[in-house]
Amino acid sequence: MENAFGQPQSVVVLGGSSDIARAIVKKLCAARAHTVVLCGRNQESLNAAASEARKFGATKTDTVLFDAEDPSNATATIADAFEKVGEKVDLVIVAVGLLGDQATYEDDAVLATRMAMVNFTWPVAALAEVRRRLVAQGSGRILVMSSVAAVRVRRNAYLYCATKAGLDRLSQGLADSLEGTGVSLQILRSGPVRSKMTAGLPDAPFSTGVNEVADNVMRGFANGDRVIWNPPLLRYVFAILRHLPAPIWRKVSDR
Amino acid sequence: MNRTSLYGWGRTSPSVANVVTPTTEDDVAAHLTASREVIARGLGRSYGDAAQMSGGVVLDNRELGGIGPIGEDGTVTVGAGVSIDELLATSIPQGWFVPVTPGTRQVSIGGAVAADVHGKNHHVDGSFCTHVTEMRLVTPSGAFTVSPTNDAELFWATAGGMGLTGVVTSVTMKMLRIETDQVLVDTERFNALDGVMSAMASGDANYRYSVAWVDCMTRGAHMGRSILTRGEHAQRDDVEKPALHGPKAARLAVPFNAPSGLLNPLSIRAFNELWFRSAPRHQVGEAQSLSTFFHPLDGVHDWNRLYGRRGFVQYQFCVPDEAGDTIVAAISRLSSSRVPSFLAVLKRFGAATPGPLSFPMPGWTLALDLPVGPKALPGVLDDLDELVLHAGGRIYFAKDARLDPTKVRAMYPRLGDFLAVKARVDPEHHMVSDLALRLQLTGK
Repeated sequence: MENAFGQPQSVVVLGGSSDIARAIVKKLCAARAHTVVLCGRNQESLNAAASEARKFGATKTDTVLFDAEDPSNATATIADAFEKVGEKVDLVIVAVGLLGDQATYEDDAVLATRMAMVNFTWPVAALAEVRRRLVAQGSGRILVMSSVAAVRVRRNAYLYCATKAGLDRLSQGLADSLEGTGVSLQILRSGPVRSKMTAGLPDAPFSTGVNEVADNVMRGFANGDRVIWNPPLLRYVFAILRHLPAPIWRKVSDR
Repeated sequence: MNRTSLYGWGRTSPSVANVVTPTTEDDVAAHLTASREVIARGLGRSYGDAAQMSGGVVLDNRELGGIGPIGEDGTVTVGAGVSIDELLATSIPQGWFVPVTPGTRQVSIGGAVAADVHGKNHHVDGSFCTHVTEMRLVTPSGAFTVSPTNDAELFWATAGGMGLTGVVTSVTMKMLRIETDQVLVDTERFNALDGVMSAMASGDANYRYSVAWVDCMTRGAHMGRSILTRGEHAQRDDVEKPALHGPKAARLAVPFNAPSGLLNPLSIRAFNELWFRSAPRHQVGEAQSLSTFFHPLDGVHDWNRLYGRRGFVQYQFCVPDEAGDTIVAAISRLSSSRVPSFLAVLKRFGAATPGPLSFPMPGWTLALDLPVGPKALPGVLDDLDELVLHAGGRIYFAKDARLDPTKVRAMYPRLGDFLAVKARVDPEHHMVSDLALRLQLTGK
């Protein structure tokens, strides 16, 4: 069971080798988490993440392989992960996603669909099953990794932004639907994070490291904030940016 | 069946359970056999997750009522769902007071047994279950009448057992004779912690009731400045108009959740300052009503809402007599970390009961209310756990919402004895709560 500070004892991570998810899991294990089940597409990197979790205090770790391009496996993947936890699941982190290169995707229907599948459709399918299980359990927390990209779509990454926007809006509705069920859902809207997903790109404004994201998430868990912003200042920055006239936004977002 | 979201008095970590309200012992027994995960709940005054069971069944004990006649010697049998408030309303006019009361009257008798609660008189009279002569306990393997002489093992496992041995349905206990509804109170103000601690160590034995309020936010020379109040029940000759009136209902209420930042370092510091300054430097024999002295916070309904949406945790620990410096270290750790904490309560404990999970041990206890929010708080409390553990002390389950389960066995070295008794009456582990899962008290 999680404690009064929102520190869970058992965690399922969908997208378990994501750099941000790994940083969060490390902090969770250093606090109270003893059981961690990591789900992803690459056994090797899941193993690395699992051994890292154990190094930081987890006593039981396991992994589940799945392919996020096929939403039909989502229910079975969640079932497998919950089974491997073997007790009540305190926290599910949804960290599935790819950034991709807009230039190669935008004129290719197959690649564009794949992006939508991984970033949106698979998480939608997974969240349906997670919701069902946690509501029956009567407790639990869900963290959905959205992005500030969901707040206003940029033309140089509109596919990515749009999938995150879809996931973000779905999560808002889902969070409301969970009111009074003992289950809560929190949305992480992070600005640019220095991770393997952005390796090689120049630092964008408001960039943070993964540890800073994890710190803000831990704090958001304790405080029960519906949306966790990283860095927190972006809440106010985007309150303005989202209302900029389109020509100005294009200029700002190209930078 | 009624799916309801439940949380403790600290308003953290809610979970949903099917709440049922049994009215008879048979009802209770039927639920214990039918449910895989079940726990009893009284008035929900445990601060953490002791009286909730996520996805399971919670037995609301409030319909297990009834207050029997009070005998010549003060013996009375009451239903486990009766509150101390209701009991006092009946007993004070007849000249009887509960032998032990926590800081609120809004606890059920069943809850008082489950947490083996203590009051301001622990150094003289011990904890609640010391005064219980017999109780009726429904377990998954049958209903039993237990007492300190009849299956003492099960009786004492239930005293402080957080409801994990079964559901208490009625309790027989010995009340305390009083002549008036007033208490004669001596108040003293101390500018630093060592003064109040030595006054308590040397003088508490002369009083039935004693408690100190400590300011944990002042640093430096005045660290731990305190107000010590000690009292005795007033005799008929002590007061002008001797009377025996039951407690009055709360006149104030907090109608909605305050904003989470209302209780911040600034406002709490101001409150502590006011509280300290408004206390008399030295006053002897002031007559106070029983409610003012024992249950000051009961005057405000739902005061926990002042902490806002995020809620708060209460941290209460005890350490043996020789580890009094742990109290000093804990307060100094708190005041230097600048984690805001409301006036803390410092008390001396007397003899322990044989209960393996009963909290009190001879020595000192300190309780603090801490709003959830400051980033440093979880770590500071983990550090305090280390201090307490090192001093041979422990944390109070009824207040806990965040203890590290790996420290439980060291704090409660007789946990194994408890689990053995639990396994005898609950072999299939039906009795379980969110707290029991979190702290691994299930025996699974």
